[in-house]
Order: sequence, then structure tokens, then C-alpha cells
Amino acid sequence: MRTFLQSTWGRLAVGAAVVIAAAILPLLAIDIPGVLPGPTYTPGTLTVLAYAMLIAALALSYHLIFGVAGMLSFGHAMFFAAGAYGLGIILRLLAPTGMPSEAVFLLAIVLTLVIALVLGNLVGALALRVSGISFAMVTLAVAQAMNVMIRRNVGGLTGGEEGVTLEVDVVPDFLVGVVNTRNLYWMALAILVLVYLACVWVERSRLGHVVAAARENELRVTVLGLRPYLVRLFVFAAAAVLAAVAGMGFMMLQSSATPRISTSDFTLTLLVIVVLGGVGYRWGAIVGGIIYTLLDQRLAALASAEWIQRLPDVLRIPLSEPLFILGMLFVLVVMFAPGGIVGLTHRVTRPRGGAKDAEQPAALQDVEA
Amino acid sequence: MTAILSVRGLEARIAGQQVVEDVSFDVAAHGVTALLGRNGVGKSSTIKALLGLYERTGEVTFDGERIDRLLTHRIVQRGIAYVPEDREVFGGLTVEENLRLAERGGAPNRAIVGELFPELLQRAKQQAGTLSGGQQQMVSLSRALMNDNRLLLVDEPTKGLAPLIVGTVTKALEAAAERTPMLLVEQNLQVVRALAHTVVVLSGGRVVHTGPASEFLDSDLVHRHLGVSTDQEAA
Amino acid sequence: MSTVLLLLITGVGLGALYFLVASGLSLIYGLMGVLNFAHGSFLTLAGFLGWEVGRRVGDGSWGGLLVGMLVGLVVGALVAAITELVFIRPLYNRHIEQVLVTVGLGLASVALFEGIWGTDPIQIRLPEWLGGTTDVLGANIPNDRWLLIGTAAVVLVLIVLFLQRTSYGLVIRAGVENRTMVTALGIDVRRAFTIVFAIGGAAAGLGGVLASVYYGQVGAHQGTSLLIYAFIVTVIGGLGSLTGAAIASVLVAVIQQFANFYLGGTGDIAIVLALAAVLLVRPTGLMGKVTH
Repeated sequence: MRTFLQSTWGRLAVGAAVVIAAAILPLLAIDIPGVLPGPTYTPGTLTVLAYAMLIAALALSYHLIFGVAGMLSFGHAMFFAAGAYGLGIILRLLAPTGMPSEAVFLLAIVLTLVIALVLGNLVGALALRVSGISFAMVTLAVAQAMNVMIRRNVGGLTGGEEGVTLEVDVVPDFLVGVVNTRNLYWMALAILVLVYLACVWVERSRLGHVVAAARENELRVTVLGLRPYLVRLFVFAAAAVLAAVAGMGFMMLQSSATPRISTSDFTLTLLVIVVLGGVGYRWGAIVGGIIYTLLDQRLAALASAEWIQRLPDVLRIPLSEPLFILGMLFVLVVMFAPGGIVGLTHRVTRPRGGAKDAEQPAALQDVEA
Repeated sequence: MTAILSVRGLEARIAGQQVVEDVSFDVAAHGVTALLGRNGVGKSSTIKALLGLYERTGEVTFDGERIDRLLTHRIVQRGIAYVPEDREVFGGLTVEENLRLAERGGAPNRAIVGELFPELLQRAKQQAGTLSGGQQQMVSLSRALMNDNRLLLVDEPTKGLAPLIVGTVTKALEAAAERTPMLLVEQNLQVVRALAHTVVVLSGGRVVHTGPASEFLDSDLVHRHLGVSTDQEAA
Repeated sequence: MSTVLLLLITGVGLGALYFLVASGLSLIYGLMGVLNFAHGSFLTLAGFLGWEVGRRVGDGSWGGLLVGMLVGLVVGALVAAITELVFIRPLYNRHIEQVLVTVGLGLASVALFEGIWGTDPIQIRLPEWLGGTTDVLGANIPNDRWLLIGTAAVVLVLIVLFLQRTSYGLVIRAGVENRTMVTALGIDVRRAFTIVFAIGGAAAGLGGVLASVYYGQVGAHQGTSLLIYAFIVTVIGGLGSLTGAAIASVLVAVIQQFANFYLGGTGDIAIVLALAAVLLVRPTGLMGKVTH
């Protein structure tokens, strides 16, 4: 059984089973009190789950940069924001042109992808001139500048603090409204699967191997006649595009985007998710993304619970701040469970551990240089 | 012959790559034991692993006590002084500050600096980064020799130095070796011949030969393990 | 002319604030290789506690402000030292994990501050003189700038004296250059880690109280937003260089002020461009050490 599960076909089978299970969820009435806000067919629950899957997709794209290539970026949220804002703004600009709405919708998606690709290449080309902490700082600074521009409503496109809302007239009917939450849920699932497959493809490709090798030993890659710079740039740009795809899904789901999704705090959340799930594991990013989002939602609900409100301040205040609990949880994971959730389950299910467990996740090795 | 330091099954890794594998040898309680081997064979890494500067596993016993789990500064505080390859003086600090920093408990013998390397005294206020390579090596040696040591770990002390200074450094090491046992990594086989009584030869990260120094240096093992013949050793 | 002078002195005043945050960041990074994302939280907490104590001593009075500054200094130093001992030291030599822990602490503490003091900034009362202006060659300089500049200058001098004149200062200077070799001389460099955290925390704590003077309010996000500028300053100045941090603080703040005034509020973008330019020409920053 174990050998089957570990074979390629076994993994495909497990993956397919998980996707199918997720796909039929809206048709069922599963209620997990305390975890989900209501039965799985209700729009409220589906929205939460769809949001969790989009965050998981975004975390997967961050995993490419941090987990695979070992680059600590603090600016990844800007590509998510580029996807969300890009789609919203382009739809609004194209809506009055009188083109058929299907054409407008498709064109907006393509243009947003192109923008994300260009932005990813530009930022990557600049930031990758330096490495380690300086790289992190450049990405942070650029993202900060973007955030400021979005907030200040530069060019009158981003709507300042109000943000941008979705132009529903040019969006296909089956993706609009509470009655169609189910379709939005499936869309989010499709995006997650797509991003996952793209990650697998990048990691399995020659480039993926080279970028992982460059993380360990830059010199060896240079000796092989490859330029680590270009390989890293490719991975950075690919992750940017995938983040933008998740961002577009976010725009469709939430019907609006606010500057919050372009803040450095939002990128830090991604870092928390990836580490929580387990650095270097694709599943870690997904599990981390979904668990984080659900926890965040449930903790917020918990905060307003009556028994919490009755507690003395010393307990009430920390317990009613979801981000405080999540932040401290993250600190504990980093200090005591460096492999994250996936690492923990590996330790439980394979006590003697494969090669992967024996070593620290490689991305956690020193990037000081 | 008793051993002051004995190493059993030492392994070390950096960034997932094994740089020392299963090394075992002894350092005699008197005189100089030389650690030899071709470039990149893991001599410096072995010394760094002994000091805990690299992640390591295996048994290291110093004067009857295990030191393989201690942090570097604790190992050094037990009386093991280290003269690193490439000297590693603090370039932004003055000569005097370099020496002051290196003083350990007990009674550091500052006078010895003047005896061994009188020219350092005039340069006490000079930034160490502006010294010549030879002078930097003198600072590096002084940092170790002025303390009360029970073992010296000296890594390639004559590397890249002019012949005249090689002589000065060799003399200083010779004097030090009379009081303190020493593990010496050295490429210059003349210096090895002058100082060492025992050699430990590494190849491919492992010990391949251990024995008296003169016997080794006169045999064809030198050629086999170090890639030089005995007549070339002057080069 | 008076506008230029106003922008210049205001810029130096803001730069003084940046320096109080960046000096600690730079020292901590230089010695330990850790970029401290919790640094902004030291500042915020010190700002809040300094204000809480100060207003009880005398709201809007000089006495209250000075006591507040003292409280900020002590709180910053203590919280920073505890952070180092409890969270950073167990992860000795694991730099990425150390950074991640500070990220977590930063996020968690801001949430906690919001829980305690609310999400909106609180307006504070200051001594009257600080709200006024002084005429310098026709430019009306807000008086609080002098307090900022004076304090930062004193802090700079004190840190330099500490580094140059004390034995721990010697260990720190050597450790910034080559931490490994310091341990190989038998010195427990971890004690120096706690000390730089305490010094950095003290400077940031003072910065927290002065930030509330500068902005006229205390808020849960004050530290985080200043932290990003301090990061940029630290990288431009060269990680690990105190002098670099001082020069870059003033440079960044002045550029920001001028761009905001003359180029339509583009200060933030201007400093990002400055950062890009510096990193492309000198990846180690203006005064950065060459990597060894």
C-alpha cells in the first residue's frame, strides 16, 4: 500500500481523489462546527473555502521563490495585487468600448497576465542584481512603493483606500452573485490545481533543478555554463504570473480589491503560511494556506464569542486578536517544528524518515552571504 | 606516547556537503604533529570541525574530556589556541586592539610579542588591515602564543609569506612547540621537517597514513599522498 | 531659499528619527546576521509606555516628556534584550529562522498593541514650545526637529564612545568584522548579541517616544511603518555600518522631503529609486563591509 502511494500513479490517484473530493463538496452538506461557518453547500462556507484555496494558490507561487529557489522575497503580494487590480482596472477601462462582454473579459485576463509578466521581470531583474538580505530589502522597498502608489490613487486608477470594484456587466453571468458562489468555488479550485501543476512543471523542469542547485552551490551552476541570474529571474517571473492568476481569482471572488492586499504585511502572511505548512513542500504551502485562512476566520469569530468577552483583559485581549495567536503559533513552529505541519506529519508517519526528513529544509540555510 | 587530543570518527558538513568524513587520529602530548594532504582534502576543515566552527559529529577528547559538543569559545577557553589559515586579523582594529581582544584569563604574556616580533611593538596603533601579510601573520601568532595554552592548532602559518618571514615564523613556532603541543597544517615540507615529529596524512577526507615525520618525508609516500616528490619540496 | 532650508532641516529631523531605528538594526545585522523585523515593535511599545507614564507624570509638560523618553529608553532596551535571550539565542547561528521568528513577533505584537490601545492612533499633548517654530534665516523650523536632531546626535556619540572605549565595544567591532574569529579567540560572542540588542532597543525605544512627538500621536503601526524606512536606510548605508546608517538616514529623509515637496508627493518612490541606484552601483551599500 505504501509503495503504491509513493509511486507516480499512486500520487496521481491521491491527487485526483483530493481534487474530486474538493469538487463535489458544494453538492454535499458536511458541517464541521468550529472549523467551517456552516454546511458546505452554503455560500458563506463556499466563499471561505474558495478564499482559502486562492490563498493556498498564492502561497504555492511563493513556495517557488522561497522554498525552491531559496530567495527571501518580501514583495510577493504586489503580484497578487497586480492580478486583482489589473483585472479590475482593465475591465473598467474596456467596459465602455462596446466590445462583446466575453471578448472584454478574455482580453482583460490576457492583458493582466502580460502586465504581471512584465512587472515580474522588471522587479526580478532589478532585485536579483543583489542576493540574500539585500534582495529581500529591494523587493520590500519596491512593494512598499507600489503600495504607496495604490493608496495615493496615482493616475486615478486604483481608487485609493476605497480600492477597485469589479465591473460585473462585463463578467460572465455564471460567475456573478451569491447564487453562483458554487461556480466561484470551482473556479478557485481550478486555479489552485492549475497553479499546483505549474509549480510541479517548473520544479521538474531543467530550470527548476538548476535553480535548486544554485541555491546550494552557485559556483557549480556557473561552472555548468548556466547563468544563475537568468534561471532565478525565470522562476521569479513565473511565480509573479502565478500570483497574479490567484489575484484575478480573488477579484472575481470578492468583487473588489483594497490596498491591504499590496502591503508588506500581506507578504509576511505568505511567509508565515509557507513556513507553517513546511518550507520546501508543495503540500505544505497548500495545507498551510488553507489552515491559516480557516484559523484566521475562526479566530476572528472566536474573538467575538461571549465567553471570551467575559474573560479578564489579560486573557481577553490576546485571545481576541487572531494575528497575535497566529504570529505566536508561527514563532513556536519556527523554534520547535522547523519542518512545519508537513514536516511533523512526516515525522509521525515515517519515524525513521526518508532523506528529506534527515536534513533541514534547504531554504532555511544561511542566506547571509 | 600519550595523546593530548584524540579524534575518533570526526565528520563535518557545510551547506549539506560533507567536508570531513570519518577522520581519526591523535595529537601527541609533546611536540608537533603535522596534518598533511593535498589542497582541498579537508585539513583546514578538520581543524575547524575540531573547534566547532563547523557542524560536526564524532568523538573529540582533549586531555581526557570530551569537547565535541562544546561551543567554540568554551573549547578555546580550555586552552586550545587557534591560528587560522589566512590569518584573519581584524583589519579595522589596531594591532594593540587585536592583541587585547585575544587575551584570555590567567596571565597573558605580552612580553613574548616583543621577544618574537619586535616590529609589532612600533605598530601597536596601526590598523591591522594596513599591515603586510607577514606582519598580519605575526599578529595572528601573537594572539595565540601570548596566552597560556595547552594545545596549539596552527593552520598553514607560512602560506604566501616571503622566505625571510617564513624563517621568523618557523622559529617562533619552534620555540612555542617546546612548551606546548601543536597540531600543524603546513604545505611547506621543509617547515614540516624542521618542526614535526609525527605526520597524519589525509586523502579524500580520510586519514590514509600516520607515522614518524622523517620516515614519511623520505619515502615515496610523499609523492603518492601529496603529489610532490621529495626533491620538489623546496619549491 | 527659506523653503530649501526648511526642507533641509525638517529632513535632518526626520533623518534623526530614522537613525534611532536604523542604528540598532544595522549593528544587530552587522554582528549577528539577523535582520530584526521585531525592531519596529520595540519602538511602538516604548512609544506607548513612554506616553502612558509620561502623561501620568505631567501631560503635555517637559517633565512628562523627559520621563517618557527615559521610560522609552529602558523599555526598548529591556524588551530587546529579552527578545534576544528568549527567541533569538536558542536559534544560535540559524539566521533564516532567527529572521522568521522576528517576523512572527513583529506581526503578533502589532496585533497585541491594537488589542490594548486600539487600531486608531491616539493624539498626544506636548510641551507648548515643541508645537512652535523657530526662525532660521527666514525659515520657520518646527521646534520638535531640534529635539529630534539633538537626541539622535547624543545617541550617535554615546554609541560611538561605547564601541570605541569599552571592552564589549571592542568585541562588537571585531564581531561585526568577523564573528567566527571572535569565538575562536575564546570569547562568548552571545553576550555581545544581547548587548547590541539592548543598545539597539534603547535607541529604538527613544525613537518611539520621539516619533510620537514628531507625528503628534502614538499608534500601533508607528513602528512598522518607520521600520520599512529604517530598512532602506540600513541597506543604503551598508549593513553593519553605524556611520553608514547615520549618513544614509539623513540622505534618505532629505531626499524624501524634497521629492515630496517639489515632485508632487513622490518621496517614497524617490527613496526606492535611490535604494535601487545605490544597490546597482555598490551592492554592499555606501559604507558596507566587503563580504568576507
